[in-house]
Amino acid sequence: MGEEEGLHQTQLLDTMFVRGLKRKCFDGEEDIEGTLAGIKAIPSYNLQRQSLLDMSLVKLQLCHMLVEPNLCRSVLIANTVRQIQEEMTQDGTWQMINTQSTGQASLDRLVSTDILCRSSREQAEGKHVPGYSTFNKDFEGDQAQDSSETMSTVSSVQAPRNLQSNVWEMENPQENKGNFQKSLDQIFETLENKSPNSVEDLFSEVDNSYYDLDTMLTGMMSNTKMGHCDGLETFSSPTATASNSNCKSDLNELDHIVEILVES
Amino acid sequence: ATGDKGGRVVIFQREQESKNQPHRRGEYNVYSTFQSHEPEFDYLKSLEIEEKINKIRWLPQQNAAYFLLSTNDKTVKLWKVSERDKRPEGYNLKDEDGRLRDPSMITMLRVPVLRPMDLMVEATPRRVFANAHTYHINSISVNSDYETYMSADDLRINLWNFEITNQSFNIVDIKPANMEELTEVITAAEFHPHHCNTFVYSSSKGTIRLCDMRTSALCDRHAKFFEEPEDPSNRSFFSEIISSISDVKFSHSGRYIMTRDYLTVKVWDLNMENRPIETYQVHDYLRSKLCSLYENDCIFDKFECVWNGSDSVIMTGSYNNFFRMFDRNTKRDVTLEASRENSKPRAILKPRKVCVGGKRRKDEISVDSLDFSKKILHTAWHPAENIIAVAATNNLYIFQDKVN
Repeated sequence: MGEEEGLHQTQLLDTMFVRGLKRKCFDGEEDIEGTLAGIKAIPSYNLQRQSLLDMSLVKLQLCHMLVEPNLCRSVLIANTVRQIQEEMTQDGTWQMINTQSTGQASLDRLVSTDILCRSSREQAEGKHVPGYSTFNKDFEGDQAQDSSETMSTVSSVQAPRNLQSNVWEMENPQENKGNFQKSLDQIFETLENKSPNSVEDLFSEVDNSYYDLDTMLTGMMSNTKMGHCDGLETFSSPTATASNSNCKSDLNELDHIVEILVES
Repeated sequence: ATGDKGGRVVIFQREQESKNQPHRRGEYNVYSTFQSHEPEFDYLKSLEIEEKINKIRWLPQQNAAYFLLSTNDKTVKLWKVSERDKRPEGYNLKDEDGRLRDPSMITMLRVPVLRPMDLMVEATPRRVFANAHTYHINSISVNSDYETYMSADDLRINLWNFEITNQSFNIVDIKPANMEELTEVITAAEFHPHHCNTFVYSSSKGTIRLCDMRTSALCDRHAKFFEEPEDPSNRSFFSEIISSISDVKFSHSGRYIMTRDYLTVKVWDLNMENRPIETYQVHDYLRSKLCSLYENDCIFDKFECVWNGSDSVIMTGSYNNFFRMFDRNTKRDVTLEASRENSKPRAILKPRKVCVGGKRRKDEISVDSLDFSKKILHTAWHPAENIIAVAATNNLYIFQDKVN
């Protein structure tokens, strides 16, 4: 079903990767400072890695659409995502991305092959697969916090959209949806569901009475700030990358909150 | 024999050498075609089971009939292909069309006789080995004891007796208790050509395990483990994907194993586990294109590899209808093309070259103009002669060594 899509993307990526794919080799002994400096020096590498990650995530999502995906292929893609994730964790980019998009837990779920081989019954019953439900829950939890407390939904919604879809967004997203109706609808389901009411409805399912909303609010505030320095531009400009790494401590906190939300 | 997506198996036979042209070897023609697998539906999982034939394996011939195993994703079938050139006539209770005769009409006893008739080749299903695989079957291999065979899927390998269809022994199971921890799958498996207790299986992490069935019923602990250390200079995000083994084959002698990964074909000595004794680059020029190949999923293509009869040459497929041969003794290699345009009957194949650098010489083809939809995944080599079969998408090409 993705014939046309794949074709277009290939062209797109060929131009993106024109500088070659040889990845810089990060030794374990190399200190993080050095690694970070290296990354700032090659923003295109970050961009490439990001689009590779996006591509892999989309591929994984498409695997989930199938009742019995090619297990070998799914496992290899999942391992690739894990590898990228590991490297990004090392240089600090991971937490930034992760908090703004889907949250650590949900990405872990996505990578886990468990859902790759789930039984088809869940789908037949019209239920969301586990991966999706976590995705929805923690992201919308995030969003609902914003809309009800800080009224600044836009930036936080916009940010993950960029991340999730930068491969797609270069073309007409509406067209994509036509081709991929089923899959993309599910992938972007949460992102397009901006109506506060429905978000709150969904959020009401998450029992958050145990948590202090004020501490979360501070976390969300920093997220809102972060929302602006995100997306493709970030990776292409070295200065922005630097500012991102400064925000890291805030993000750790936020990461923690997202995890709590997921656990609930 | 060839199998196709529609579940059909086509068998080709080489015609007898003609008397007036003794130097020309016989050509191959269709011998028999039959429907091996039908599309099925797994009602428990609401899942359609494709009829696509994944593998075909011949059994050693023991009488006039031929036996072969064919498998789709889930079910293995044993087929008998036999010839019939006589038919019985003159039954007492049936007339010539097979209808029962009215008993009152039978007034005398006859002795049925066999009358010659046109040669008929019929394929009959003899055994159906079903319901033993949860995942997709990627390999079947007949054991040298001729009594058993194994079938491997992504996570398990089962051992069957040809006579018993309702049960099989699970000899390898790598399914983790928690599927979230799954990072490795079985990609191919094969029995040793002479030792019926030994088999190998390869994994998506580029490793090969040799198991001895005498040690225990469940061969989860390998006897030998073949793995080459990763070359740090070539490390990339795609390292694991391109090291995933798509095919593993014992040499006829049983001394070596050959493995095919995405970019190379390697020969391993059974007595040396830490690295292959030979590594041949199949299409190294694709190394710079891995991202596009990942993007269009070509990187997951499963190329097979074969030995020639004397284990001195190996052959494997590539893209653009190219296939490669490597002479292990002279270290010479050749790229050949199987295409309708430049292979008229009895035409001699010209070696092809893919140009890597900026300058393209005459007769060379640039990496960018390779057609990735034309791939040669399956190849076969005659067990005794230099005749090869190459499957290029929906065409089968048969080439033979130049006749003097």
